[in-house]
Amino acid sequence: MYTLPFRYVRAKTVAEAEALFRESSDARYLAGGQTLIPTMKQRLAAPADVIDIARIASLSFIRRERDSVVIGSGTRHADVVSSAGVRAAIPALASLAGLIGDPAVRHKGTLGGSLANNDPAADYPAAVLGLNATVRTTTRGIAADDFFTGMFSTALEPGEIITEVHFPVPRRAGYAKFPNPASRYAMVGVFVADFGNTVRVAVTGAAPCVFRVPQMEAALARNFAPDAIAGIEIPADRLNSDLFASPEYRAHLVGVMAKRAISAAVL
Amino acid sequence: MAIVSLTVNGKAVRAEVEDRTLLVHFLRDHLHLTGTHVGCDTSQCGACVVHVNGRAVKSCTIFAAQADGDSVLTIEGLSVDGALHPVQAAFQEHHGLQCGFCTPGMIMTAVDMLARHANLDGATIRHELEGNICRCTGYLNIIKAIRAVAEAR
Repeated sequence: MYTLPFRYVRAKTVAEAEALFRESSDARYLAGGQTLIPTMKQRLAAPADVIDIARIASLSFIRRERDSVVIGSGTRHADVVSSAGVRAAIPALASLAGLIGDPAVRHKGTLGGSLANNDPAADYPAAVLGLNATVRTTTRGIAADDFFTGMFSTALEPGEIITEVHFPVPRRAGYAKFPNPASRYAMVGVFVADFGNTVRVAVTGAAPCVFRVPQMEAALARNFAPDAIAGIEIPADRLNSDLFASPEYRAHLVGVMAKRAISAAVL
Repeated sequence: MAIVSLTVNGKAVRAEVEDRTLLVHFLRDHLHLTGTHVGCDTSQCGACVVHVNGRAVKSCTIFAAQADGDSVLTIEGLSVDGALHPVQAAFQEHHGLQCGFCTPGMIMTAVDMLARHANLDGATIRHELEGNICRCTGYLNIIKAIRAVAEAR
Protein backbone atom coordinates (compact mmCIF):
# COMPACT_ATOMS: atom_id res chain seq x y z
CA MET A 1 0.00 0.00 0.00
CA TYR A 2 1.57 3.20 -1.09
CA THR A 3 -1.23 5.74 -0.96
CA LEU A 4 -2.86 6.86 2.23
CA PRO A 5 -6.33 5.35 2.77
CA PHE A 6 -9.23 6.93 0.91
CA ARG A 7 -12.77 6.12 -0.12
CA TYR A 8 -13.30 5.23 -3.79
CA VAL A 9 -16.61 6.07 -5.42
CA ARG A 10 -17.58 5.75 -9.05
CA ALA A 11 -19.89 8.37 -10.51
CA LYS A 12 -22.25 7.44 -13.33
CA THR A 13 -23.16 10.99 -14.34
CA VAL A 14 -21.58 14.42 -14.14
CA ALA A 15 -24.36 15.56 -11.80
CA GLU A 16 -23.67 12.63 -9.47
CA ALA A 17 -19.94 13.40 -9.49
CA GLU A 18 -20.56 17.04 -8.62
CA ALA A 19 -22.96 16.06 -5.84
CA LEU A 20 -20.39 13.65 -4.39
CA PHE A 21 -17.79 16.41 -4.54
CA ARG A 22 -20.04 18.84 -2.68
CA GLU A 23 -20.76 16.26 0.04
CA SER A 24 -17.08 15.61 0.65
CA SER A 25 -14.76 17.80 2.67
CA ASP A 26 -11.72 16.64 0.73
CA ALA A 27 -12.32 15.08 -2.68
CA ARG A 28 -10.44 14.68 -5.93
CA TYR A 29 -11.83 13.62 -9.28
CA LEU A 30 -10.11 10.62 -10.86
CA ALA A 31 -10.18 10.48 -14.67
CA GLY A 32 -7.33 8.55 -16.31
CA GLY A 33 -5.33 8.71 -13.09
CA GLN A 34 -1.99 8.83 -14.87
CA THR A 35 -0.91 11.85 -12.85
CA LEU A 36 -3.16 11.65 -9.79
CA ILE A 37 -2.26 8.06 -8.89
CA PRO A 38 1.54 8.53 -9.08
CA THR A 39 1.08 11.73 -7.04
CA MET A 40 -0.97 9.83 -4.43
CA LYS A 41 1.62 7.03 -4.35
CA GLN A 42 4.26 9.61 -3.49
CA ARG A 43 1.82 10.96 -0.87
CA LEU A 44 2.00 14.41 -2.42
CA ALA A 45 -1.79 14.13 -2.66
CA ALA A 46 -3.95 12.35 -0.11
CA PRO A 47 -7.63 13.06 -0.71
CA ALA A 48 -10.21 11.51 1.61
CA ASP A 49 -12.53 10.74 -1.30
CA VAL A 50 -11.61 9.76 -4.83
CA ILE A 51 -14.49 10.25 -7.26
CA ASP A 52 -13.98 8.19 -10.40
CA ILE A 53 -15.40 10.07 -13.40
CA ALA A 54 -13.81 7.84 -16.04
CA ARG A 55 -17.00 5.81 -16.60
CA ILE A 56 -19.24 8.76 -17.40
CA ALA A 57 -20.10 7.79 -20.96
CA SER A 58 -21.34 11.25 -21.97
CA LEU A 59 -17.84 12.70 -21.50
CA SER A 60 -16.17 10.43 -24.02
CA PHE A 61 -16.74 11.41 -27.66
CA ILE A 62 -15.24 13.10 -30.68
CA ARG A 63 -17.56 15.20 -32.84
CA ARG A 64 -17.01 17.33 -35.92
CA GLU A 65 -18.91 20.60 -36.03
CA ARG A 66 -18.85 23.11 -38.87
CA ASP A 67 -15.70 25.00 -37.94
CA SER A 68 -14.41 22.95 -35.04
CA VAL A 69 -13.64 19.56 -33.61
CA VAL A 70 -15.30 18.92 -30.25
CA ILE A 71 -13.67 16.38 -27.96
CA GLY A 72 -15.25 15.13 -24.73
CA SER A 73 -13.11 15.60 -21.64
CA GLY A 74 -13.12 11.87 -20.84
CA THR A 75 -11.71 10.94 -24.25
CA ARG A 76 -8.51 8.91 -23.98
CA HIS A 77 -5.38 10.15 -25.73
CA ALA A 78 -5.29 6.88 -27.73
CA ASP A 79 -8.76 7.60 -29.11
CA VAL A 80 -7.69 11.05 -30.28
CA VAL A 81 -4.62 9.53 -31.96
CA SER A 82 -6.69 6.98 -33.86
CA SER A 83 -9.65 9.24 -34.68
CA ALA A 84 -10.05 9.57 -38.46
CA GLY A 85 -12.05 12.76 -37.87
CA VAL A 86 -9.29 14.45 -35.84
CA ARG A 87 -6.63 13.26 -38.27
CA ALA A 88 -8.54 14.77 -41.17
CA ALA A 89 -9.44 18.09 -39.53
CA ILE A 90 -6.45 18.85 -37.26
CA PRO A 91 -3.71 16.29 -37.93
CA ALA A 92 -1.31 18.15 -35.62
CA LEU A 93 -3.69 17.52 -32.69
CA ALA A 94 -3.78 13.76 -33.36
CA SER A 95 -0.02 13.59 -33.68
CA LEU A 96 0.44 15.61 -30.48
CA ALA A 97 -1.77 13.14 -28.61
CA GLY A 98 0.43 10.33 -29.93
CA LEU A 99 3.46 11.89 -28.26
CA ILE A 100 1.95 11.95 -24.76
CA GLY A 101 3.57 9.45 -22.38
CA ASP A 102 3.57 5.97 -23.88
CA PRO A 103 0.90 3.63 -25.30
CA ALA A 104 -0.27 2.36 -21.90
CA VAL A 105 -0.52 5.90 -20.53
CA ARG A 106 -2.42 6.98 -23.65
CA HIS A 107 -4.92 4.18 -23.06
CA LYS A 108 -5.88 5.69 -19.69
CA GLY A 109 -5.05 9.40 -19.74
CA THR A 110 -7.77 11.86 -20.73
CA LEU A 111 -7.93 15.28 -22.36
CA GLY A 112 -9.84 16.82 -19.45
CA GLY A 113 -7.49 15.35 -16.87
CA SER A 114 -4.46 16.76 -18.64
CA LEU A 115 -6.01 20.23 -18.88
CA ALA A 116 -7.31 20.33 -15.31
CA ASN A 117 -3.87 19.32 -14.06
CA ASN A 118 -2.06 21.90 -16.25
CA ASP A 119 1.37 20.37 -15.79
CA PRO A 120 3.93 22.91 -17.05
CA ALA A 121 5.40 20.23 -19.35
CA ALA A 122 2.17 18.63 -20.59
CA ASP A 123 1.41 18.56 -24.34
CA TYR A 124 -2.34 19.27 -24.53
CA PRO A 125 -2.17 22.80 -23.05
CA ALA A 126 -0.01 23.82 -26.06
CA ALA A 127 -2.70 22.59 -28.47
CA VAL A 128 -5.55 24.22 -26.54
CA LEU A 129 -3.77 27.57 -26.34
CA GLY A 130 -2.31 27.36 -29.86
CA LEU A 131 -5.67 26.52 -31.43
CA ASN A 132 -7.57 29.13 -29.37
CA ALA A 133 -9.82 26.36 -28.07
CA THR A 134 -12.70 26.85 -25.67
CA VAL A 135 -12.85 24.69 -22.56
CA ARG A 136 -16.46 23.96 -21.63
CA THR A 137 -17.48 22.98 -18.12
CA THR A 138 -20.86 22.17 -16.63
CA THR A 139 -21.51 25.88 -16.15
CA ARG A 140 -19.53 27.91 -18.70
CA GLY A 141 -17.09 28.16 -21.56
CA ILE A 142 -13.57 29.35 -20.80
CA ALA A 143 -11.33 30.75 -23.55
CA ALA A 144 -7.89 29.12 -23.70
CA ASP A 145 -6.27 32.51 -23.03
CA ASP A 146 -8.11 32.66 -19.69
CA PHE A 147 -7.94 28.97 -18.73
CA PHE A 148 -4.27 28.41 -17.88
CA THR A 149 -3.46 30.65 -14.93
CA GLY A 150 -0.14 29.33 -13.66
CA MET A 151 1.84 26.27 -12.66
CA PHE A 152 -0.64 23.43 -12.04
CA SER A 153 -3.36 26.06 -11.81
CA THR A 154 -6.37 26.83 -13.99
CA ALA A 155 -9.49 28.99 -14.00
CA LEU A 156 -11.56 25.99 -12.80
CA GLU A 157 -13.47 26.46 -9.55
CA PRO A 158 -13.28 23.67 -6.93
CA GLY A 159 -15.51 20.82 -8.07
CA GLU A 160 -16.04 22.23 -11.56
CA ILE A 161 -15.79 19.54 -14.24
CA ILE A 162 -14.56 20.04 -17.79
CA THR A 163 -17.09 18.45 -20.13
CA GLU A 164 -15.68 19.12 -23.60
CA VAL A 165 -13.18 21.17 -25.54
CA HIS A 166 -13.96 23.00 -28.80
CA PHE A 167 -10.95 23.16 -31.10
CA PRO A 168 -11.35 25.58 -34.04
CA VAL A 169 -10.06 23.98 -37.24
CA PRO A 170 -7.05 25.94 -38.53
CA ARG A 171 -5.86 26.18 -42.13
CA ARG A 172 -2.78 24.33 -40.98
CA ALA A 173 -1.00 23.55 -37.74
CA GLY A 174 2.08 21.79 -36.44
CA TYR A 175 3.54 20.63 -33.14
CA ALA A 176 7.16 19.90 -32.37
CA LYS A 177 8.37 18.58 -29.06
CA PHE A 178 11.77 18.04 -27.54
CA PRO A 179 10.93 15.30 -25.04
CA ASN A 180 12.83 14.61 -21.88
CA PRO A 181 14.29 11.21 -22.78
CA ALA A 182 13.26 9.62 -19.48
CA SER A 183 9.85 11.09 -18.65
CA ARG A 184 8.70 11.92 -22.24
CA TYR A 185 7.39 15.22 -20.90
CA ALA A 186 8.19 18.23 -23.05
CA MET A 187 11.45 20.01 -22.21
CA VAL A 188 10.02 22.37 -24.80
CA GLY A 189 7.02 21.86 -27.06
CA VAL A 190 5.71 24.42 -29.56
CA PHE A 191 2.29 24.37 -31.22
CA VAL A 192 1.81 26.65 -34.23
CA ALA A 193 -1.58 27.25 -35.87
CA ASP A 194 -2.33 29.28 -38.98
CA PHE A 195 -5.91 30.57 -39.20
CA GLY A 196 -5.37 32.68 -42.32
CA ASN A 197 -5.67 36.15 -40.79
CA THR A 198 -4.06 35.22 -37.53
CA VAL A 199 -1.36 32.86 -36.34
CA ARG A 200 -0.98 31.52 -32.82
CA VAL A 201 2.17 30.13 -31.24
CA ALA A 202 1.95 28.33 -27.88
CA VAL A 203 4.90 27.04 -25.90
CA THR A 204 4.81 24.33 -23.23
CA GLY A 205 7.59 22.87 -21.07
CA ALA A 206 9.70 26.01 -21.12
CA ALA A 207 8.07 28.07 -18.37
CA PRO A 208 5.92 27.45 -15.26
CA CYS A 209 2.83 27.71 -17.49
CA VAL A 210 2.07 27.40 -21.20
CA PHE A 211 2.42 30.78 -22.94
CA ARG A 212 2.09 32.51 -26.34
CA VAL A 213 4.82 34.29 -28.31
CA PRO A 214 3.21 37.43 -29.87
CA GLN A 215 6.38 38.40 -31.75
CA MET A 216 6.45 35.07 -33.57
CA GLU A 217 2.71 35.26 -34.20
CA ALA A 218 3.07 38.66 -35.88
CA ALA A 219 6.03 37.54 -37.99
CA LEU A 220 4.25 34.35 -39.08
CA ALA A 221 1.04 36.23 -39.93
CA ARG A 222 3.10 38.14 -42.51
CA ASN A 223 4.99 35.09 -43.77
CA PHE A 224 4.19 31.58 -42.54
CA ALA A 225 7.62 30.04 -43.00
CA PRO A 226 10.37 28.82 -40.65
CA ASP A 227 12.71 31.64 -41.70
CA ALA A 228 10.16 34.27 -40.72
CA ILE A 229 10.98 33.81 -37.01
CA ALA A 230 14.76 33.89 -37.41
CA GLY A 231 16.27 36.33 -34.98
CA ILE A 232 13.31 36.41 -32.59
CA GLU A 233 14.79 35.75 -29.17
CA ILE A 234 12.86 34.45 -26.19
CA PRO A 235 13.97 36.07 -22.92
CA ALA A 236 15.35 33.36 -20.63
CA ASP A 237 14.69 35.14 -17.33
CA ARG A 238 11.31 33.55 -16.59
CA LEU A 239 11.98 30.09 -18.05
CA ASN A 240 12.36 26.85 -16.12
CA SER A 241 15.67 25.60 -14.86
CA ASP A 242 16.31 22.01 -13.82
CA LEU A 243 19.04 19.42 -14.08
CA PHE A 244 18.05 18.69 -17.67
CA ALA A 245 18.15 22.18 -19.18
CA SER A 246 19.07 25.74 -18.26
CA PRO A 247 16.69 28.64 -19.01
CA GLU A 248 19.02 29.78 -21.81
CA TYR A 249 18.95 26.32 -23.41
CA ARG A 250 15.16 26.20 -23.18
CA ALA A 251 14.94 29.68 -24.75
CA HIS A 252 17.04 28.44 -27.66
CA LEU A 253 14.89 25.30 -27.96
CA VAL A 254 11.73 27.41 -28.30
CA GLY A 255 13.06 28.84 -31.55
CA VAL A 256 14.21 25.46 -32.82
CA MET A 257 10.94 23.72 -31.97
CA ALA A 258 8.89 26.60 -33.42
CA LYS A 259 10.71 26.25 -36.75
CA ARG A 260 10.12 22.49 -36.74
CA ALA A 261 6.44 23.01 -35.92
CA ILE A 262 6.09 25.45 -38.82
CA SER A 263 7.85 22.99 -41.14
CA ALA A 264 5.46 20.25 -40.01
CA ALA A 265 2.49 22.55 -40.66
CA VAL A 266 3.49 23.51 -44.20
CA LEU A 267 4.26 19.93 -45.28
CA MET B 1 -13.23 -1.58 1.70
CA ALA B 2 -14.23 -2.21 -1.89
CA ILE B 3 -15.78 -5.33 -3.36
CA VAL B 4 -14.03 -5.94 -6.64
CA SER B 5 -15.57 -8.29 -9.20
CA LEU B 6 -13.76 -8.81 -12.43
CA THR B 7 -12.77 -11.38 -14.99
CA VAL B 8 -9.10 -12.31 -14.93
CA ASN B 9 -7.80 -14.52 -17.74
CA GLY B 10 -11.35 -15.67 -18.44
CA LYS B 11 -12.21 -16.54 -14.84
CA ALA B 12 -14.59 -14.56 -12.68
CA VAL B 13 -12.99 -13.38 -9.43
CA ARG B 14 -14.39 -11.45 -6.53
CA ALA B 15 -12.59 -10.08 -3.51
CA GLU B 16 -12.89 -7.49 -0.82
CA VAL B 17 -9.88 -5.21 -0.81
CA GLU B 18 -8.88 -1.84 0.55
CA ASP B 19 -9.94 0.95 -1.80
CA ARG B 20 -6.29 1.96 -2.22
CA THR B 21 -5.19 -1.45 -3.53
CA LEU B 22 -3.40 -1.11 -6.85
CA LEU B 23 -4.40 -3.53 -9.60
CA VAL B 24 -0.88 -4.98 -9.73
CA HIS B 25 -1.01 -5.86 -6.03
CA PHE B 26 -4.50 -7.27 -6.41
CA LEU B 27 -3.20 -9.58 -9.14
CA ARG B 28 -0.01 -10.56 -7.34
CA ASP B 29 -1.01 -10.64 -3.67
CA HIS B 30 -4.68 -11.62 -3.80
CA LEU B 31 -4.80 -13.80 -6.92
CA HIS B 32 -1.16 -14.97 -6.69
CA LEU B 33 -0.65 -14.18 -10.36
CA THR B 34 2.97 -13.15 -9.95
CA GLY B 35 3.82 -13.06 -13.65
CA THR B 36 2.94 -9.37 -13.69
CA HIS B 37 5.98 -7.62 -12.24
CA VAL B 38 6.51 -4.48 -10.21
CA GLY B 39 9.56 -2.71 -11.61
CA CYS B 40 9.88 1.03 -11.15
CA ASP B 41 6.52 1.59 -9.51
CA THR B 42 6.42 5.06 -11.08
CA SER B 43 4.63 4.31 -14.41
CA GLN B 44 7.86 4.41 -16.37
CA CYS B 45 9.17 0.85 -16.86
CA GLY B 46 6.20 -1.16 -18.11
CA ALA B 47 7.00 -4.42 -16.27
CA CYS B 48 3.45 -4.32 -14.87
CA VAL B 49 1.60 -3.98 -18.20
CA VAL B 50 -1.64 -5.99 -18.41
CA HIS B 51 -4.66 -5.61 -20.66
CA VAL B 52 -7.89 -4.18 -19.27
CA ASN B 53 -10.82 -4.61 -21.65
CA GLY B 54 -8.34 -5.33 -24.44
CA ARG B 55 -6.09 -2.30 -23.88
CA ALA B 56 -2.57 -2.31 -22.48
CA VAL B 57 -2.33 -0.37 -19.21
CA LYS B 58 0.20 -0.04 -16.41
CA SER B 59 -1.29 -1.98 -13.52
CA CYS B 60 0.80 -0.01 -10.99
CA THR B 61 -1.10 3.11 -12.04
CA ILE B 62 -4.68 1.92 -11.68
CA PHE B 63 -6.59 0.97 -8.55
CA ALA B 64 -8.20 -2.47 -8.50
CA ALA B 65 -11.52 -0.77 -7.79
CA GLN B 66 -11.25 1.13 -11.08
CA ALA B 67 -11.22 -2.21 -12.90
CA ASP B 68 -14.38 -3.45 -11.15
CA GLY B 69 -16.57 -5.09 -13.79
CA ASP B 70 -13.74 -5.25 -16.31
CA SER B 71 -11.92 -8.05 -18.08
CA VAL B 72 -8.21 -8.33 -17.33
CA LEU B 73 -5.64 -10.35 -19.26
CA THR B 74 -2.23 -11.05 -17.70
CA ILE B 75 0.80 -12.89 -19.01
CA GLU B 76 -0.57 -16.08 -17.38
CA GLY B 77 -3.63 -15.91 -19.63
CA LEU B 78 -1.80 -15.73 -22.95
CA SER B 79 -0.98 -19.36 -23.59
CA VAL B 80 -3.80 -21.70 -24.55
CA ASP B 81 -3.67 -25.34 -23.39
CA GLY B 82 0.03 -25.05 -22.59
CA ALA B 83 0.97 -23.86 -26.08
CA LEU B 84 2.92 -20.61 -26.09
CA HIS B 85 1.25 -17.56 -27.59
CA PRO B 86 2.96 -16.63 -30.91
CA VAL B 87 4.57 -13.59 -29.26
CA GLN B 88 5.91 -15.71 -26.39
CA ALA B 89 7.24 -18.24 -28.93
CA ALA B 90 8.92 -15.44 -30.91
CA PHE B 91 10.59 -14.05 -27.77
CA GLN B 92 11.95 -17.55 -27.13
CA GLU B 93 13.02 -18.06 -30.74
CA HIS B 94 14.77 -14.68 -31.08
CA HIS B 95 16.12 -14.58 -27.53
CA GLY B 96 14.03 -11.51 -26.73
CA LEU B 97 14.96 -11.66 -23.06
CA GLN B 98 18.02 -11.72 -20.91
CA CYS B 99 17.21 -11.60 -17.18
CA GLY B 100 13.51 -11.83 -17.99
CA PHE B 101 12.23 -9.27 -15.50
CA CYS B 102 10.75 -6.90 -18.10
CA THR B 103 9.51 -9.77 -20.30
CA PRO B 104 5.88 -10.07 -19.10
CA GLY B 105 5.32 -6.36 -19.70
CA MET B 106 7.20 -6.43 -23.00
CA ILE B 107 5.07 -9.32 -24.25
CA MET B 108 1.77 -7.78 -23.13
CA THR B 109 2.79 -4.51 -24.81
CA ALA B 110 3.80 -6.41 -27.96
CA VAL B 111 0.48 -8.25 -28.14
CA ASP B 112 -1.33 -4.92 -27.75
CA MET B 113 0.68 -3.15 -30.47
CA LEU B 114 0.27 -6.08 -32.87
CA ALA B 115 -3.49 -5.86 -32.37
CA ARG B 116 -3.52 -2.13 -33.15
CA HIS B 117 -1.21 -2.06 -36.17
CA ALA B 118 -1.81 -3.94 -39.39
CA ASN B 119 1.74 -3.09 -40.44
CA LEU B 120 4.58 -2.80 -37.97
CA ASP B 121 7.91 -1.44 -39.11
CA GLY B 122 10.98 -1.02 -36.92
CA ALA B 123 10.36 2.66 -36.23
CA THR B 124 6.77 2.02 -35.13
CA ILE B 125 7.84 -0.85 -32.87
CA ARG B 126 10.46 1.40 -31.23
CA HIS B 127 7.92 4.20 -30.69
CA GLU B 128 5.38 1.73 -29.28
CA LEU B 129 7.99 0.33 -26.86
CA GLU B 130 8.66 3.75 -25.31
CA GLY B 131 6.91 2.80 -22.10
CA ASN B 132 8.81 -0.45 -21.56
CA ILE B 133 12.33 -0.47 -20.21
CA CYS B 134 14.75 -3.41 -20.44
CA ARG B 135 17.67 -2.72 -18.15
CA CYS B 136 19.65 -5.56 -19.76
CA THR B 137 19.28 -3.37 -22.89
CA GLY B 138 18.06 -6.37 -24.88
CA TYR B 139 15.98 -4.20 -27.17
CA LEU B 140 17.29 -5.40 -30.53
CA ASN B 141 16.14 -8.95 -30.01
CA ILE B 142 12.84 -7.78 -28.52
CA ILE B 143 12.23 -5.73 -31.66
CA LYS B 144 13.32 -8.67 -33.81
CA ALA B 145 10.84 -10.97 -32.04
CA ILE B 146 7.92 -8.55 -32.48
CA ARG B 147 8.84 -7.98 -36.13
CA ALA B 148 8.92 -11.72 -36.74
CA VAL B 149 5.35 -12.08 -35.45
CA ALA B 150 4.20 -9.08 -37.51
CA GLU B 151 5.72 -10.50 -40.67
CA ALA B 152 4.49 -14.05 -40.11
CA ARG B 153 0.81 -13.14 -39.85
